[in-house]
Amino acid sequence: MSIFHPMWLSIQLAAFTTVILILVGTPIAWWLSQTKTRWKPAVQAVVAMPIVLPPTVLGFYLLILLGPDGAIGSWWVQLTGSALTFSFAGLVIASCVYSLPFAVQPIQNAFESLPSQYLERAWTLGASRLDAFFSIVVPLSVRGFISGIVLSFAHTLGEFGVVLMVGGNIPGETRVVSIAIYDHVESLNYAAAHRMSLLLIGFAFIVLMAMFMLNRRWGAR
Amino acid sequence: MRVRAFIVSLTLVCGPVLAADTISVAVASNFSRPAALLAAGFTVETGVSVRISNGSTGKLYAQIVNGAPFDVFLAADAERPMLLEKSGHAVAASRFTYTQGALVMWSRDAPDCLAVLAQEGGGRVALANPQTAPYGMAAVEFLQAEGSWESVSARAVYGENINQTLQFVATGNAAVGFIAKSQLGAPQLPEPGCVWEVPAASYTPIEQQAVLLERAAGNANARRFLEYLRSAEARDILSRQGYGVSQ
Repeated sequence: MSIFHPMWLSIQLAAFTTVILILVGTPIAWWLSQTKTRWKPAVQAVVAMPIVLPPTVLGFYLLILLGPDGAIGSWWVQLTGSALTFSFAGLVIASCVYSLPFAVQPIQNAFESLPSQYLERAWTLGASRLDAFFSIVVPLSVRGFISGIVLSFAHTLGEFGVVLMVGGNIPGETRVVSIAIYDHVESLNYAAAHRMSLLLIGFAFIVLMAMFMLNRRWGAR
Repeated sequence: MRVRAFIVSLTLVCGPVLAADTISVAVASNFSRPAALLAAGFTVETGVSVRISNGSTGKLYAQIVNGAPFDVFLAADAERPMLLEKSGHAVAASRFTYTQGALVMWSRDAPDCLAVLAQEGGGRVALANPQTAPYGMAAVEFLQAEGSWESVSARAVYGENINQTLQFVATGNAAVGFIAKSQLGAPQLPEPGCVWEVPAASYTPIEQQAVLLERAAGNANARRFLEYLRSAEARDILSRQGYGVSQ
């Protein structure tokens, strides 16, 4: 087994997850930043829960939900003919749940720190809501987006417990780098475990450093 | 001073847990349920309590090599105990085969296990990770002997250990799975659609060996536990649980 194959799989998983989370997380973050409802703390708690819950809880319920008898899994079986568990698509869904707070929270924080006059001014000048959002809110929240992107990507890359429970360790499909490292450690193949771990350490360092550098540059403007 | 007071209080708190009348046993996942029964029998007979840690044989082995505080190791194979003996992590000549495992195919929904296995696109086939779990290796050997490994491996999913493998099948996530015969008696297990015992000749016998670990070399209770494993009472429990009793 090449050491790059599981790594590449992890990167693909993290990339898919991040794209979906930004698309799904941005409206959630926006709604949370604007809403006056008394349900806001409840919704915030739901979004933040994956931070607190052990991967075993998420993995347990995902296994049931995504399995061929589960609510989501059975629907997927009708659609595609195969179950979501033990599949790359299933891992993407699991990772989206698992990393949701890491996308939503930084973006929400950025939205909340925007002075509300900016938006009101844009509206009085006749900008549509969507136009105002993309030409004012998004550019001014770039730091939040960068943090959200990097954190959800990195958090998915470091995912282990959930994948162990719903992945089934299939080479090229669900054997991501953390699982491959675990396998190597268990079968006493420490040389391979070291190689993959060092690769991951280097990668994590570069990604995080890039985020902090970008943040500094955007912050200085 | 404060640190020392902390250590002293820690010793007081942990003292009872680590008392000499408790032994610590690392148990391969497939054997977790019988081990609990055996431990209970042993405690009744001797008053010594047994603390059990479950895991795959490979993981427990790695933990022992790296200093895990276990007194006895009940592995799912003979290889790992042998390696421990060679490397000095286990007491020489304490190693013996406590049971011989049997591999079965099990399905929750399908009425015919072999048919599901042969059917292309017949759903996932669950087996324990052959790299680390002896029952996984046995399943691969059987499939290779049958000539179906190549087609089956395309739809195989690997449990981290034999218990997770069973769980994959029991939850309906895999159509059929290779598990230990002893797992069939597990409570809460759904009614099986089919059970098929894999011919013992088609895989290397799963000699499950026990070994006394180095740190328990002078631990009389740990030795008594190993003796108990060979007793008539223990063999009786084992054969009722679907384990072959060798020797």
